[in-house]
Amino acid sequence: MEILFFYLVAFVTLVSGLLVIRCQSPVNSALALVNTFFCLAVFYVMLHAPFMAAIQIMVYAGAIMVLILFVIMLLNLGTESRQRYTRGVVWSSIASLLMLIVATVTIKTGQVTGAEGEITAHTVKSVGHTELIGRTMFTEFLLPFEIASILLLVAIVGAVVLAKKEV
Amino acid sequence: MIGVYHYMTVAAILFAMGTYGVLTRRNAIVIFMCIELMLNSVNLTFIALSRHLHSMDGQIFVFFVMTVAAAEAAVGLALMITFFRNRESIDVDQINMLKW
Repeated sequence: MEILFFYLVAFVTLVSGLLVIRCQSPVNSALALVNTFFCLAVFYVMLHAPFMAAIQIMVYAGAIMVLILFVIMLLNLGTESRQRYTRGVVWSSIASLLMLIVATVTIKTGQVTGAEGEITAHTVKSVGHTELIGRTMFTEFLLPFEIASILLLVAIVGAVVLAKKEV
Repeated sequence: MIGVYHYMTVAAILFAMGTYGVLTRRNAIVIFMCIELMLNSVNLTFIALSRHLHSMDGQIFVFFVMTVAAAEAAVGLALMITFFRNRESIDVDQINMLKW
């Protein structure tokens, strides 16, 4: 039963991913991308990571997509969608097909190894996913967390400086 | 039971799709969205592997990928607005001012 649901969600993900790269109008692409993000959030729930699913929907499908849609509508790009909208299709298809073949062969023949932790689905259920994430982030990954805040500050300043008419 | 390989195959196909979009599309915002698609496929791989290895580290990495994607969205879209102000278009074929 679960595998059927997985295939259904995978199908919807891949079809909306295809729509992202094939739709002529950028607004349609953006809406298909929102659909892809929702399907990926479903995958995260199936992988016992509900907090990541919530973050996925809030940050990606909420904040980033609103930003992208705002810029699409601000720039009024609907008019140029009737012209040719792709270039170099043949070489790009060859390149991405090669990448796909390399990736699938690696996945099929490779072995997943690595340092095993002790967080099982049972731990996630009993302790809670948010608490586990918080514990790891504010103990082991405290320095990267602080650096990420500096990165966000730099991005805010950079965006304001770039988008202003006269600094 | 769904193995980690199922998720990784879906992520690989999504990543290849994103590559195709980045290479073929002319609209800079659509290229940007295809990059987001590639970032998300990598996120799916991270979370599937962190579940497979019973570890939390992959999910923390996804957190940082999302932070970088948000910063990239803000700066990239500001760049596009600036470019549109100069050229009245965001076709990447016309972005050749730094070429020589």
